[in-house]
Amino acid sequence: MNKRLEELYKEAPYSLKKAEKQALYQCVLSELTLHHYTHCKEYKKVLDAMGYDPQKEAPLEMQPMLPVRLFKEYDLLSVPREEVAKTMTSSGTSGQKVSRVFLDKANTRAQTKALTEIISSFIGKKRLPLLILDTKLALKDRSMFSARGAGIVGFSTFGREIMYALDENMQLDLSGIRQFLEKHNGEQILMFGYTYMIWQYVVCALRETKTSLAIEHGSLFHIGGWKKLKDQMVDALTYNKAIQEVLGNVSVHNYYGMAEQLGSVFVECEYGHMHCSNFSDVLIRRPEDFSCAGKGERGFIELVSLLPTSYPGHILLTEDEGEIMGEDDCPCGRNGKYFKIHGRIKGAEIRGCSDTYERH
Amino acid sequence: MSGIKYLIGNETICDSPLEPYADIVCRFAADLSDTLMKEASAKAYPDVMAFAFWCRKGNIQALKRRFGSEEKRLGRGLAFHIAPSNVPVNFAFTYLFSLLAGNATIVRVPSRSFPQTEILCHGFKQVLENYPEIKKRTAFIQYPAENAITEQFCAKADVRVIWGGDETIREIRKCPVKPRCIDVVFADRYSLCILDGASVLKASEAEICSLAEKFYNDTYLMDQNACSSPQLICWRNEREEAKERFWHAVAAYAKSRYSLQAASAMDKYTQLCCDSIGLEYLGVIRRVENLLYCVELKKLPTDITALRGKCGYFYEYTPNTLTELADSMTEKIQTVTYYGADADEIQEFVISSHIKGIDRIVPVGKALDIGVIWDGYDLVRTMSRIVDRSK
Repeated sequence: MNKRLEELYKEAPYSLKKAEKQALYQCVLSELTLHHYTHCKEYKKVLDAMGYDPQKEAPLEMQPMLPVRLFKEYDLLSVPREEVAKTMTSSGTSGQKVSRVFLDKANTRAQTKALTEIISSFIGKKRLPLLILDTKLALKDRSMFSARGAGIVGFSTFGREIMYALDENMQLDLSGIRQFLEKHNGEQILMFGYTYMIWQYVVCALRETKTSLAIEHGSLFHIGGWKKLKDQMVDALTYNKAIQEVLGNVSVHNYYGMAEQLGSVFVECEYGHMHCSNFSDVLIRRPEDFSCAGKGERGFIELVSLLPTSYPGHILLTEDEGEIMGEDDCPCGRNGKYFKIHGRIKGAEIRGCSDTYERH
Repeated sequence: MSGIKYLIGNETICDSPLEPYADIVCRFAADLSDTLMKEASAKAYPDVMAFAFWCRKGNIQALKRRFGSEEKRLGRGLAFHIAPSNVPVNFAFTYLFSLLAGNATIVRVPSRSFPQTEILCHGFKQVLENYPEIKKRTAFIQYPAENAITEQFCAKADVRVIWGGDETIREIRKCPVKPRCIDVVFADRYSLCILDGASVLKASEAEICSLAEKFYNDTYLMDQNACSSPQLICWRNEREEAKERFWHAVAAYAKSRYSLQAASAMDKYTQLCCDSIGLEYLGVIRRVENLLYCVELKKLPTDITALRGKCGYFYEYTPNTLTELADSMTEKIQTVTYYGADADEIQEFVISSHIKGIDRIVPVGKALDIGVIWDGYDLVRTMSRIVDRSK
């Protein structure tokens, strides 16, 4: 499995076509499933209960998926604890349980390599001046990586010189930014941040003062939920236009990934399509029976990654809703599936008489 | 006081008690039944119709006869009720039980809006116009969960009726009451079902379909979230074919009726994974799409009340004998529904085993049928007082 990954790193990250990819995934994922079955006793219990036989190779859609919430309920590791190099946590709101993801050195390296391949296919191999649209405070407490801090650290590898756009009070450091831009006049500027924070602390702040940074050539990568933006009636098109209005000539790439599968992220191309790379795949599952939905049909998003080895996160059933838009035929030329995300599935309204004291 | 909305009645409420099953109250109930039965908008709501059917003249008269007249009784005075926020018609039942006991009654109605609340209140208002003696003893209120407001009502109450489970009880009990005030509380409870495998196999196709429908009504109808919905199915005369036949019929019926929300499907799948890891002695796991999940246990955990599913997620177990269950029947256990078993035998098991749990034994299909005997209380007796005399 490692050998195959090494080979993949040598290829362009969107090279695999459907048939090739299916064959590769059937083989590698079956190996991964068996690997986790052998090394993670909780994972074994789940597969045993479902009557799944990991010794047999099976096509991707037949392979067992773990619901993401399971990472909040149990510590799931496929390596001895002493080999864990860092523990990632998801950014849950206060009071909520957070996911814990255990990474050893090899898994961390695989994540970094995959991310590098994917991002550099958009911006080139050269390190660029990097403007982080966030505060340095997000990096505090390095022992427990939050997804927010880890995202920044992960992205920093693409930067040559790093500038944080926001101060500790989430205020734009305008003079600092201008100095930074002046210094790198004529160069391509790389930017990174979280979708909603960029909107609130960068776009809205700059709009208020009717300021544009007028960047001549830039690329922005942003990640995070759209719920709050949807509430404010901001869609992707409005968002991208607003970015260009306040930042200048910037190509905007939303990307999607979760703490449970860092590295093998999904990036939006210039046509607004979210793409699977060679390292990842997406299936859509129908809520009524988890059968696979066809193109254009909504369902739960199942995320597949070739990277997870130190924890059983290679096949995850997320609580997000999405749909497949196509495969190998995006006008941008990238192979693999491309898809749309509709956001978190609506919570259930439960009838009955327990747990009923009205708080609000 | 600000923040309180009176759906019916006002701040001045007469707290002088009536006799239990007073004629005027019985007539009021019958009128209410007629009014709701005739109300076109009510017909779409089976729970409203069930309430209307329950308070019909014949039923109330029968209850009155069974109540007897050996001792003289009066209501306790003013009863303050906290209705649960997610069972739409419960506030109507609790009101009527209280009235039948002879109490002036204030009910806190859930502020979550249900069409049933409106239909029922409309009916109540209409009928109350002809019953000024009852009208002045009635208030339906809504207010946000604020202890300051709850305190005001608690301070006046002679009876508090608290629905909504452990958490609500703890919260409301923080509010002081008069020394003589009594609390009738409905805590979190747990229920189970006893099925006889041989009877399931013997049953005709029509009987099995009807059993499946009744089981569905006990469980899926309320997303299995009512205290009296069975969570654990205990088999007697276990036969794999019987289990197959039963669950197949339940799934088939549910498929035609139940609309499984996507989030519930996710919850069930997550719970299945958690159970696979966390539970010991797992047996067969049945899954019919995401509609029906059933986890078989070869041995029961110490606390069975942790075995709790929603929206079509069950546990099953085969005890060797009824008495084997005795240790699990803590005060948390409320209802046992049965099919192919003898109710007398189950009742005798409860009594002779001297256990703290089980206060209701009803056939499959009647798990949610609420009445004046509920949760081990005789509600009319509990909410009234004896006026004793000796010569």
